[in-house]
Amino acid sequence: MESRAIVRIALMAAVIGVLGMLPGVMLPIAMGVPITAQTLGVMLAGIILGPRHGALAVLLFLFVVLLGAPLLSGGRGGLGVLFGPSVGFLLGFVPAAFVSGMVMEQLKRLPVFAAALVAAVVGGIVVEYACGVVGLMAIARMSLAQALLATAIFIPGDLLKALATAFVAEASYRGYPAAIASRA
Amino acid sequence: MMIDGLAPKTWLHRVPAGFKLAGLALLSLLLLPIDDWRILAGALAIVLAIYAGFGRAGFERLALLRPLIPLLVIVGGVQALSGGWYAGAAISLRLLAMLLLADLVSMTTTMSALMDVLAPFFNLLRPLGVNPRKMALAVALVLRFVPVLLTRWRAREEAWKARTHRRVPVRLVAVFLADILQLADRVAESLDARGFDTPNANRQRKS
Repeated sequence: MESRAIVRIALMAAVIGVLGMLPGVMLPIAMGVPITAQTLGVMLAGIILGPRHGALAVLLFLFVVLLGAPLLSGGRGGLGVLFGPSVGFLLGFVPAAFVSGMVMEQLKRLPVFAAALVAAVVGGIVVEYACGVVGLMAIARMSLAQALLATAIFIPGDLLKALATAFVAEASYRGYPAAIASRA
Repeated sequence: MMIDGLAPKTWLHRVPAGFKLAGLALLSLLLLPIDDWRILAGALAIVLAIYAGFGRAGFERLALLRPLIPLLVIVGGVQALSGGWYAGAAISLRLLAMLLLADLVSMTTTMSALMDVLAPFFNLLRPLGVNPRKMALAVALVLRFVPVLLTRWRAREEAWKARTHRRVPVRLVAVFLADILQLADRVAESLDARGFDTPNANRQRKS
């Protein structure tokens, strides 16, 4: 793998961590649940780096978190995160980034904003929630309906994040056209 | 953790990282099938006692886990509704005990010690195209990028706030992202200029 790819993967892994550290930079608070921007970084990783490198960036981020870096939203990190009830959402970051990247690649003919919005919704919401719900069912032994209900309150916030992702992808593409791998 | 070198040492710090990881894996396997809340409460009490034995550092570490309490209550409550109070208590206690146990390993093991334990596994993955040297570079880069990005972001945010009272817009994030992607590409160029990616640079790390 080229140095350029490695450095970009490391950079996006760091971006995911930094976004988790800045709670509510620009996102409103929904129903008392503070929304972190962490999944924004996950969606961006896939959209900017493409499916394979995007998923690698997320894997690298998770690896560093498991090693103990307190980069998960709320300053958490370490092996304990594997045993939390929300581990499905955490591991779901990997397929979420991969699918976001894949959708972005497929939609080359659409404008960046539209393509990134679809990619963020499909990867960051559909895939991410599917993994999170399966995790809740397995770890917290909830039924499908209970798990869906428990996670549904986060969906409006994540729709806002998908919009923000599309906006950021668009604007950074305009500022630096080499930013998005599938359009460079 | 990044500043582990400065933290006061406990007896668990001196246990080799490999033992701690193996112990954690074993204990999680043992705790998983247990459904009796009394045994799980006992296990949790032992883990908490270890934290208490660390004094202030232990309590500070426990305080970090406070955001997880509502989630544990919801999980336990849902289970209690369908399976009775004992089942609810058992699942919350088990999750908390395993979480604290794993955190104990993280708290008392430096990142480089964990990397060293994992190094043989990365070597095993070499035939699959995983280059341990590049893996180490990537981890080091992430740890270096985090403070750099935070500083750069703060500078941008301050510049914005010095000029207007309006909220920091999403546009600023986009400009920031374009900026740091260029930074990354420049870092890659300088790595190449120093011969990182040339084939004869693939020598073994001195041990």
